[in-house]
Amino acid sequence: MPFNILVAVSLLYVVVLFGVAFVAEQRARGGLAGWLRSPLVYTLSLSIYCTAWTFYGAVGYAARSGLEFLTIYLGPTLVFVGWWWVLRKLVRIGRAQRVTSIADLISSRYGKSNFLGVVVTLMAVLAATPYIALQLQSVTLSFAVFASDTPEGWALPDQGATALWLAAGLTLFTILFGTRNLDANERHHGIVMAIAVEAVVKLVALLAVGIFVVWGVAGGVSDILARIDASPIADWNLKPGRWAGLTFVSAAAILTLPRMFQVMVVENADERHVATASWAFPLYLMLMSLFVVPIAVVGLDIMPAGSNPDLFVLTIPLSAGAGKLALLAFLGGFSSATSMVIVAAIALATMVSNHIVTPLWLALRVGSARAPGDVRGIVLMSRRLSIGAVLALGYTYYHLSGGSAALAAIGLISFVGAAQVLPAMLGGIYWRGATHVGAAIGLITGFAIWLYCLFLPSFGSGGLISAGVMAEGPFGIGWLRPQALFGITGLDPLLHALFWSMLLNTSTFLIGSLASFPGPMERLQGVAFVNIFDQSSGPGGWTRSAAEAEDLLSMSQRILGAEEAQRFFQAQAAAQGKLGFLPDPTPDFVARLERQLAGSVGAATAHAMIAQLSGGATVSVQDLIAVAGEAQQIKEYSAQLEAKSDELARTARALREANDKLTELSVQKDAFLSQISHELRTPMTSIRAFSEILMEADLPDEMRTKYAGIIHDETRRLTRLLDDLLDLSVLENRRVQLNIGVANLHDLLSKAVTAASNTRPDRAFVVQRDAASEHMPVFTDTDRLLQVFINIVSNARKYCDAERAVLRVEVKKRGRNVEIDFIDNGSGIPKKSQALIFEKFARLTDTSHAGGAGLGLAICREIMANLGGSIDYLPGQGGAAFRVRLPLKRAS
Amino acid sequence: MRGKHIVLIEDEPNIAEAISFILSREGVRVTHSASGAGALALLQTAHPDVLVLDLMLPDRSGLEILAELRAVPALAALPVLMLTARGQHRDREAAERAGASAFLAKPFANADLLAAVRGLARGGA
Amino acid sequence: MPHNQPLFLARRSYRRRRMMDAVRLLPVFGAALLMLPLLWQPAETPEPDTAHGVVYLFAIWLLLIVAALSLSRGLAPALLAPEEPVRPGTGEDDGAEGEAG
Repeated sequence: MPFNILVAVSLLYVVVLFGVAFVAEQRARGGLAGWLRSPLVYTLSLSIYCTAWTFYGAVGYAARSGLEFLTIYLGPTLVFVGWWWVLRKLVRIGRAQRVTSIADLISSRYGKSNFLGVVVTLMAVLAATPYIALQLQSVTLSFAVFASDTPEGWALPDQGATALWLAAGLTLFTILFGTRNLDANERHHGIVMAIAVEAVVKLVALLAVGIFVVWGVAGGVSDILARIDASPIADWNLKPGRWAGLTFVSAAAILTLPRMFQVMVVENADERHVATASWAFPLYLMLMSLFVVPIAVVGLDIMPAGSNPDLFVLTIPLSAGAGKLALLAFLGGFSSATSMVIVAAIALATMVSNHIVTPLWLALRVGSARAPGDVRGIVLMSRRLSIGAVLALGYTYYHLSGGSAALAAIGLISFVGAAQVLPAMLGGIYWRGATHVGAAIGLITGFAIWLYCLFLPSFGSGGLISAGVMAEGPFGIGWLRPQALFGITGLDPLLHALFWSMLLNTSTFLIGSLASFPGPMERLQGVAFVNIFDQSSGPGGWTRSAAEAEDLLSMSQRILGAEEAQRFFQAQAAAQGKLGFLPDPTPDFVARLERQLAGSVGAATAHAMIAQLSGGATVSVQDLIAVAGEAQQIKEYSAQLEAKSDELARTARALREANDKLTELSVQKDAFLSQISHELRTPMTSIRAFSEILMEADLPDEMRTKYAGIIHDETRRLTRLLDDLLDLSVLENRRVQLNIGVANLHDLLSKAVTAASNTRPDRAFVVQRDAASEHMPVFTDTDRLLQVFINIVSNARKYCDAERAVLRVEVKKRGRNVEIDFIDNGSGIPKKSQALIFEKFARLTDTSHAGGAGLGLAICREIMANLGGSIDYLPGQGGAAFRVRLPLKRAS
Repeated sequence: MRGKHIVLIEDEPNIAEAISFILSREGVRVTHSASGAGALALLQTAHPDVLVLDLMLPDRSGLEILAELRAVPALAALPVLMLTARGQHRDREAAERAGASAFLAKPFANADLLAAVRGLARGGA
Repeated sequence: MPHNQPLFLARRSYRRRRMMDAVRLLPVFGAALLMLPLLWQPAETPEPDTAHGVVYLFAIWLLLIVAALSLSRGLAPALLAPEEPVRPGTGEDDGAEGEAG
């Protein structure tokens, strides 16, 4: 097969994957996620467990060690058929606490400790880097197989270049589809879909090769069984220790590998999918393993002695002249490698960015939660850079190790490293007594032993650990030899490391937990995790928050994005029975907000940011007692009470708000009566005085003209005021006649900006607009809408107190509405006045020279109500900000 | 009334122009200020015979200015005519409490204004 | 187990409880069956019997899959719906439907 065709097919395949991811992203965004979230897609996405190590390596493994390879798939099978024990709980916790990664799970459970997050992140990166290198190597090798097989005999292209191109392509793909949105709970539909497609490709490819081998090369099932018994594999030496140990390690790894946690917990859309996966994923694993032994047996039989059994999946079809089958097998291997790398990169990048980069960035900026700046942008950027860094690490490792044989063993070594998280994880979700200190000691101990006994020696003697240390121990201390701790020699090195690391990890974790005392936050989180099924929502932990809702909103906007944050705050305010964007900062609300933020930046960072705004408030012992007491109450009773008291509190809050408003309004009304009297009498005074002057005196003509002019102007001023009053009264009674027409929103805004420039024409005033977003037709009473726009822009010209006044106009389509935001850079409107500005005659400053009688915004509000839209004050934008919402089509 | 000096504090330019015209026709010298800021200093240097003071000024209330000048010994006896556009009973009482010598609601007849100023100028001087 | 669960469950909820017990036991049985090779020395058997080993392991595997399949069908709705106690008058066979919501 010509090499160019192979390259062309691979590129075509990559293009198809891009297409699949792109279409899935589009559909999900259009709200058509439906089948994207099916249990089938979930199960297929789990197949990233089967990497190139499985696809190519399992056959080699079987050729060398008989059936032992099955343990790698039997362990996960037991975990999945036993889903009711661990998986169900993990997924529920992951969803309830909006966990973003395995490091976040551990950090969140142990009191939102970022230290633990950092430890787990570092372990994960170290364990995964060689594994990523292994994937790059397998793809490079499979290219080489085709190259060496060509009759034309062209030279093998530089292998390093192949790996480099592959790493670069994967980085691009992962960044494109993996960092579109920040919230880990907004799932990566594109990537999951692409992985599901790859899962199908690799299964079909391996099954095809298997069927070809059993019925094409050999003579069917019975022939294969006979061949198995006749082959050298039949003499495999079953080591009971390895059989049990490897089953355990693979069972642990499927729970703790960062990439598995990503697809299993973080990307999970529905808990019921776990139920389906409980049988479907073992089935997938079984099908992937079904033909491994036959392929190995036939390969050993027909391939020339000394050929690499790791590549039988490719070389058997090639030697049998089945080029297309070999190509399919190649794509299967390619899929296995790429899907693993993509998900691993996302998972690791999330961890690195949430636990290392973002906290560092926040720590370097004092008072950061309040400081201006787009945290969301920083987090996204750090995530992108982390993806690049993870892949660069993998490539560098591949490059330095030169594709050595040491890589072949790295799969299991990586598993043992990942498994070190298991005690802290299981302890955390089943035992309330597990503490932060215990988890830290256990993790570090297990990790250190793994590093010393397994990871470093894997580079070969004379690699990172000198042959002297391997044979004599460090400084000649014999009982510290990396592969014979405590002087026990003759153990299988992998089992040796597994035994000691897990044993010491677990025991130090237990002893550390028993001996230490958890902090309040830790105990709260402990209850929330262990008793996840007994509560509808986790305990809050924020009491008497000192945070201002407006501060919280402006912080959240920088993390969640403006729209998302505003939607969340509005919904929460509505739940409290309040209008607008600012809910009361009740403990419940703050806890909910924290969980929302945790979905983006991880629990520890979210907690730290909120703590900053709440004046560093921490959980008190009373809060703990409250939580413990709650748990003992009869659930239904307390739920009823809660519902009732919630409702009472809501009603009370609504009443209080209404009452405040009434009192405020009554004061306003008195003030208005004086105001209206003043506004009417002032022009009348001039009119009366000058008309008397005109009546009696023999004035020079020019004075007569001047005074008549004053009378004329003052009469017009009176008329305008009366017009406004009448207009308002008509609008309020909804008796207004609307002239529905169509206009371009852009033109309307331009007209408004021009018309408003009469107001304080002396002042330099910049209006920032985005013409592209403004071009859209609006079907409404365009004169009325224009009146609203002019009023808002004039107000900004009048009241914006910035040195260089800038008004930003933003237009966004949202569902069936269009939202037009007018945001200036002045000092905004104080919170206590925000509720009043839309009331009649509520002029905030007393400068009568500001113009009208304070009816402008009241009229605007009535106009928008008549047009089926609304106008609101948008707090937390830095300056005064108004949002005009208008239906795109007026409902009749 | 000829030769008398009157200070007028009024923010509405048209009303100020009308009052100035009516009074200066009678030979009165009128000094006008559109705001309450610096009113006290103006009064201390100008030594007017009568002060005509608007109740609602943009920066501060006329009542405030009145209370302040009554506290200055040199100005304690200055006759003050208070003008208001609100014309409520409350305002009249408040003005009298603060020490206004006379009170006139807007809009007023030119003759009433002249009569009030004349009365105050005579009584005060 | 929370203290406030009803003492008597409707028939369907009772079945569901027993299925939960079964699904908890399944991995234990699976592990026991899959650890059989610990007692087996394929290299030392007089007749090569690795093929039998393959067939045995895959058979157990398939068995576990089928068992998990049947249990997951019964338990998936339980993930969302709370358990219903026996209501007086409805007897054992209460026909409450549509709780998967």
